[in-house]
Amino acid sequence: MPAHDVLIIGAGLAGQRAALAAAQKNATVAILSKVHPVRSHSVAAAGGINAAVNPADDWRSHAYDTVKGSDFLGDQDAIEIMCREAPGEVMHLEHIGVTFHRNEKGEIDLRAFGGASMKRTAYVADITGQALLHVLYEQLMKHHEVIDRFEEWFVTSLVIDEQGACVGAVAREIRSGRMEVFSAKNVILASGGAGQCFKPTTNALICTGDGIAQAYRAGAPLMDMEMIQYHPTTLAENGFLITEGARGEGAHLLNSNGERFMEKYAPNKMELASRDVVSRAEQTEILEGRGVGPDGTGIYLDITVVPKKRTLEALREIVNIGKDFAGVDITAEPIMIQPGMHYIMGGVKTDVDGATPIPGLYAAGEVACVSVHGGNRLGANSLLDTLIFGRRAGEHAAERSYHMPMPEAGRERLAADQELVAEILARPKSGRRVSEIKEELGTTMNRYVAVFREESGLQSAHEVVRRLKEEAKTAYVDDKGTVFNQDVLGAIELGYMLDVAEAIVVAALERKESRGAQFRTDFPERNDAEWLKHIDISRDGDETPHVSYSPVTITQWQPEERKY
Amino acid sequence: MAEFTLRIRRYDPSSGEAPYWEEHTIELEPHRSVLEGILQAKAKSDGSIGIRCSCRAAICGSCGVRINGQPGLACHTHLDAALAKAKGGVIEVEPMGNMPVIKDLIVDMDAVHWKKIQRVSPWLINKQPIPEREYIVSRESMIDVTQTAACIQCGACVSDCLSMEVDPLFVGPAALAKSYRFVGDPRDAKHEQRLRDLAEDPHGIYACTHCFKCIEACPKGVAPMSQIMRLRRIAGNDFHIEDRNNGERHEMAFVKNVHKNGLLHEADLLPDSYGGKFHPRAVPELVGSLPVITTALLRRKVTIGKALGHPHKAPAGVKRIYDIVEGRDQRVELNLYITGTDEDSAPAQPEPAAAGAEEATTS
Repeated sequence: MPAHDVLIIGAGLAGQRAALAAAQKNATVAILSKVHPVRSHSVAAAGGINAAVNPADDWRSHAYDTVKGSDFLGDQDAIEIMCREAPGEVMHLEHIGVTFHRNEKGEIDLRAFGGASMKRTAYVADITGQALLHVLYEQLMKHHEVIDRFEEWFVTSLVIDEQGACVGAVAREIRSGRMEVFSAKNVILASGGAGQCFKPTTNALICTGDGIAQAYRAGAPLMDMEMIQYHPTTLAENGFLITEGARGEGAHLLNSNGERFMEKYAPNKMELASRDVVSRAEQTEILEGRGVGPDGTGIYLDITVVPKKRTLEALREIVNIGKDFAGVDITAEPIMIQPGMHYIMGGVKTDVDGATPIPGLYAAGEVACVSVHGGNRLGANSLLDTLIFGRRAGEHAAERSYHMPMPEAGRERLAADQELVAEILARPKSGRRVSEIKEELGTTMNRYVAVFREESGLQSAHEVVRRLKEEAKTAYVDDKGTVFNQDVLGAIELGYMLDVAEAIVVAALERKESRGAQFRTDFPERNDAEWLKHIDISRDGDETPHVSYSPVTITQWQPEERKY
Repeated sequence: MAEFTLRIRRYDPSSGEAPYWEEHTIELEPHRSVLEGILQAKAKSDGSIGIRCSCRAAICGSCGVRINGQPGLACHTHLDAALAKAKGGVIEVEPMGNMPVIKDLIVDMDAVHWKKIQRVSPWLINKQPIPEREYIVSRESMIDVTQTAACIQCGACVSDCLSMEVDPLFVGPAALAKSYRFVGDPRDAKHEQRLRDLAEDPHGIYACTHCFKCIEACPKGVAPMSQIMRLRRIAGNDFHIEDRNNGERHEMAFVKNVHKNGLLHEADLLPDSYGGKFHPRAVPELVGSLPVITTALLRRKVTIGKALGHPHKAPAGVKRIYDIVEGRDQRVELNLYITGTDEDSAPAQPEPAAAGAEEATTS
């Protein structure tokens, strides 16, 4: 049975950064992931990473922009830490090999991004996430003697001991089907978001909310779950992401009259207002009949106004995406986009060191909610979030491990999960297919829990989710084998998604105001008097979500009207 | 909507049965991807079809397969394009080559691909001192290595590498491209050591046979073979590394041979690779190469007559190419991300070239 000081679940940017930080502090480290680390969804982040590295910039300005972007729901102590530590982190990344784009002086170049008061986004073409992720993986290869990698292992449960501390996890080796219990003094969840609860989504097929659900089931509270980011520019065709970097480089948004409609909604920042604002503006244009495309559900993104050479050099990936997935040459004609589900601001509630209320359990990255994004995340703050809080969680967990004995994760949880797998494999073909339930979940969430929401729609969504949870209990699988049985993992993932979806819907029903990504047509105003607070969702022993509140930390920026 | 038939190679190692083909009919718009087709078959009829996939947008590198015998990403190949190349109207999907199959379309990348990546010390070895802020390096240098950093490790190039098929120990296209990512990086301190290592390795940079398969296979324009050629040029021209495998001399023999003859003159190639017919090493090397020479003679690749005479003379055009290339102060290395200047593509001027030509890399 493996035993480590720090066990990290998930090997995207947050997980790999945590592993390297914990190893640096001389902890014994294991990093476990259901896919090979370079397949993690961090790889898809395109536009860049925010940091006040320009001497004329100030981290406080970055922090204020982030607070404003969050619609004042972000915790300002955490935001201050993230923005203050950002320049050092970017320099660290540069030193370990990230090929950041340079200006003519040979310094790191910066591009404009949404909601930012100045150019603050360091980038590698439009493959920044990939560039970062692969460089961190180079470091994992370099430090292979001190960081044990468990690649293609799927976690089925966290192990909680009798005192209520997290002491390990149960996982299945996908290649062999063997199940194993991992003991650990600390577990760091870094397994990403839950975009697959929605269809369409920009998120990869692996983003099934595993870590959020595992922590929730173990008793950890979830926070800000109602805050789902719809990205303003996803390909109308299939939901793929078109980077905000395109608008950062100067691209326009046009309605069916050819108007730059953002003038009406954000006269100062135009296309570079924060994402919730731009997505709402687009959806309003579409609903009022000024959308483009055969059924009027799209908006044009016009990149032809960006010099072609710049597009080919700095937006190469979306040139390819346009060509390969929409048949459009973006350097010559506008491309049809629409708002699409992209990111979950909420997640497992943590403090600024990534610690959850469960001793020994940490979370970092999209799985977590510190909360630095509050009601709406700024573009290019997610890579930063993963790295800053991944590192802090890794360091903190390593320090916590110094003075404690290795716990033993009992085998009861292992036996229970082995039984669960056997039960799934034995289900008769009388129920629904896993894929059908997943499809219904995704389309339901995208219909009722999207850019505009209201009570009755959210109630419908809740009813559907509750019904699907029942149906999921008998959903059958075709694959009965042991080697790479992706079918059985899909059934377990479906359970994770349904738990997360329920928490999202319950939180969205609870917040009776409009703030950030949550826009309630039945409560269209922000209401600081009653709702300047986080909604926490937890379940205490039973299956029902319980709602409670926690205060927003305000250090230096009082809530004010939000205009772009 | 249109109907497509996918013929998928199935294999379950735990069954004890041999691999077999299985057909699935799917219904999708023709510009949807082969991956979407497979996922539909998986969702609607058989959840046990094994394929790694995640992002669906050609960035995670999971779904490397062979489609109608050609390596590539399933998510990056349109159904209509696949059908156009299919035999008998059936799109064939099978696992990548050069790597052991684990199940269905899933191969063991650790055993081959990642092992080779680890072989090239794939991390930056910092030039000292490490500055407090960023290294000050040229804009072009970072854009240049970004082409190889854009590799998503999908394995498509490894799948069909001919050299690796013959020599499984060959470091291979992906790992050598990864090596260029550091050799081309001005922040790395070990350019020469890296190059010497890969030049002296009999399975290193000189083991590539220029078949272009990896360039064709790569979905991200990394052009691994071009990066291998750049490693050779830097090793030979800049660091004057003459490897014990005769790789560098063999390469120069080609250059000299074509300069002189316009076409390859095989009979000169071998002695030139040892430094010329009168080089002290020539005799023992030629004796060592007798089996090769004999085979060449037996297969009539070389005849005694041709070996003695020089039937070709390089035409003026070939000489001119040499003059222009050799007359430059600096080697020109074209790159995917470096596409000329804004002035080049200003509307008043004719378009510089089609995208394909702009993407042309080294030659």
